[in-house]
Amino acid sequence: MSAPSLPPDHDHWLVRPATIRGLWIVSWGLLAALVLLELIVEHHPHFGIDGTFGFGAWFGFGACVVLVVLAKLLGVFLKRPDTYYDH
Amino acid sequence: MTTSLLLPPGLLLIVAAFALPFLHGAARTATLLVVPLIALWLIWALPEGAALKFGFLGYELAPLKVDKLSRLFAMVFAIMAFAGALFALYQPSTLELSAALAYAGSAIGAVMAGDLISLFVFWELMAIGSTLVILAAGQGSQHSAFRYDVVHLLGGVLLMAGIAGEIQATGSIAFGPMDTGTPSRWLILAGFLVNAGAPPLSAWLSDAYPEASWSGMVFLSAFTTKTAVYVLIRGFPGTELLIWVGLFMVFYGIVYAILENDMRRILAYSIVNQVGFMVTGVGIGTKMALNGAAAHAFTHIIYKALLLMSAGSVLLMTSKRKCTDLGGLFRTMPLTCLLGIIGALSISSFPLTSGFVSKSMIAQSAVDKHLMYVWLALAAASAGVFLHAGIKFPWFVFFQKDSGLRPAEPPRNMQAAMVILAAFCIGFGIAPGWLYGLLPHEVDYVPYTAAHVVFQLQLLLFSGLAFFLLLSLLKRTLTITLDTDWLWRRLGSRLMRLMDDASDRGWQAFAGSTAALARRVAQGLRTTHGPDGILGRPWPTGTMALWTTLMLGAYLILAYL
Repeated sequence: MSAPSLPPDHDHWLVRPATIRGLWIVSWGLLAALVLLELIVEHHPHFGIDGTFGFGAWFGFGACVVLVVLAKLLGVFLKRPDTYYDH
Repeated sequence: MTTSLLLPPGLLLIVAAFALPFLHGAARTATLLVVPLIALWLIWALPEGAALKFGFLGYELAPLKVDKLSRLFAMVFAIMAFAGALFALYQPSTLELSAALAYAGSAIGAVMAGDLISLFVFWELMAIGSTLVILAAGQGSQHSAFRYDVVHLLGGVLLMAGIAGEIQATGSIAFGPMDTGTPSRWLILAGFLVNAGAPPLSAWLSDAYPEASWSGMVFLSAFTTKTAVYVLIRGFPGTELLIWVGLFMVFYGIVYAILENDMRRILAYSIVNQVGFMVTGVGIGTKMALNGAAAHAFTHIIYKALLLMSAGSVLLMTSKRKCTDLGGLFRTMPLTCLLGIIGALSISSFPLTSGFVSKSMIAQSAVDKHLMYVWLALAAASAGVFLHAGIKFPWFVFFQKDSGLRPAEPPRNMQAAMVILAAFCIGFGIAPGWLYGLLPHEVDYVPYTAAHVVFQLQLLLFSGLAFFLLLSLLKRTLTITLDTDWLWRRLGSRLMRLMDDASDRGWQAFAGSTAALARRVAQGLRTTHGPDGILGRPWPTGTMALWTTLMLGAYLILAYL
């Protein structure tokens, strides 16, 4: 079932360093375009805060950072080896 | 409406469950696939307002009562029974398949039950069916199955006590919207919430579901929690407490899933997270919110089953379940990977998928009621869903690193089941009108506006950016995360051992002191009554004869005096 690991340049095209670099470039472009789209889309903010520029972008990013940090903090107290209940 | 046409669809599946062990080959396959489809057709054909009634112990039971809400849930349960059976067609454990059919049938029975007593009967049947599905996975699942059963029996007891109190107070077994004015209604609500995976007992879900077989968890994810959402929609719409319970579940699911290493436990935590959205919707309680909760239950059952089928295929083909052991499977399982990604995009509510058209209604209802913090929390949670399930699951299982594993695609029937569910995910996303037409209330909502699509894409794609920038923090470790089940899995057993030791020591101390006392008493008796004791030692016969003579002499003298 297992195959010998190939040098990265000969592996599946999707995981070659050049492809990954390309994916990052396209992704950054996409993210920038998505924020700039705000300039032409008509918004109907309801609460005020949702009318700030690029709200979805900064709020989504910020929420994820907070959630990951929160999870890591909780993990300090609550993580145990996965054999914890075995004995 | 004649009763002959009112064949309860749930009962049909339960009967098929009992017949299944006696069937082999084509008959077995046909039963597994055709019976759920017949049930689906029956549910579809039942006219609204139809009801089957009979008298029992002085109450008029209605084991079958049809309205739009019950039909919506029954339909998706029947679809899942079919898709799950197709996926599990070659599951060697007949126990699992029988139990799954009975479980699906009782879930359909529960959502079509027209009164509290019928509901309770189906509710308990579901607990039995689902426990058997977990048990069917074999030796390793026994402990989890036992813990699962105990929690659900406890939930059943709460519900039973509540129902008994309710009948006592009102004299009616009707099941409709209730306020939380009496203790018995609190008990009913608590019983419902246990099954929804609400705190503080939510650990039953992530503890037991991932211990089921590769196909078992597909069935488990569909019925129990969603039946709970159904009864909450019917029984407690607009109960404000549910907003906060729901939001807690949403964030609990995200945080625990972020920390988790087992691919199916990640998805189990994300069930709690998704049910949290629905419970929040029930708490908001407007028509839009209830429609949203019902629609989200419908779409969630389908995309979560798709995700679990994708994970189940990986488990079957690799026998591995931890993210740390997996990775790079897209090379040899491209279809499973692609279909898993469709499920992952749907759970993340990506535009053009089913999750987008259902979850948005819950968020919109928060806007309509001017609940800013609830809306912000739901938006943050939507970003978090993409993080913990939408990217995390496909990334760690199919990409991440080359684990060296080169498993083949799963058998054709499993691929077909996944393709069908993926088609539903995209179909409802593209044409939401199908789903909206089935909802309990009239839908006045347009999900696809430019502003909404841009907002959602920003939220999700920047969440994706956060994922890849924070990847080093998200690296998987060989760990589990403690939950409230620590109380009964660790503290409980420790306390029991402690009490065991204490009672042991107590008994020994008691036995020791009693023995010492007995020895002292025996010693005392020995001094007086022992061989050398004053009362116990042997006396010479001569002395005895002398004393007897003296006594008789004294008697003689006294007689003549």
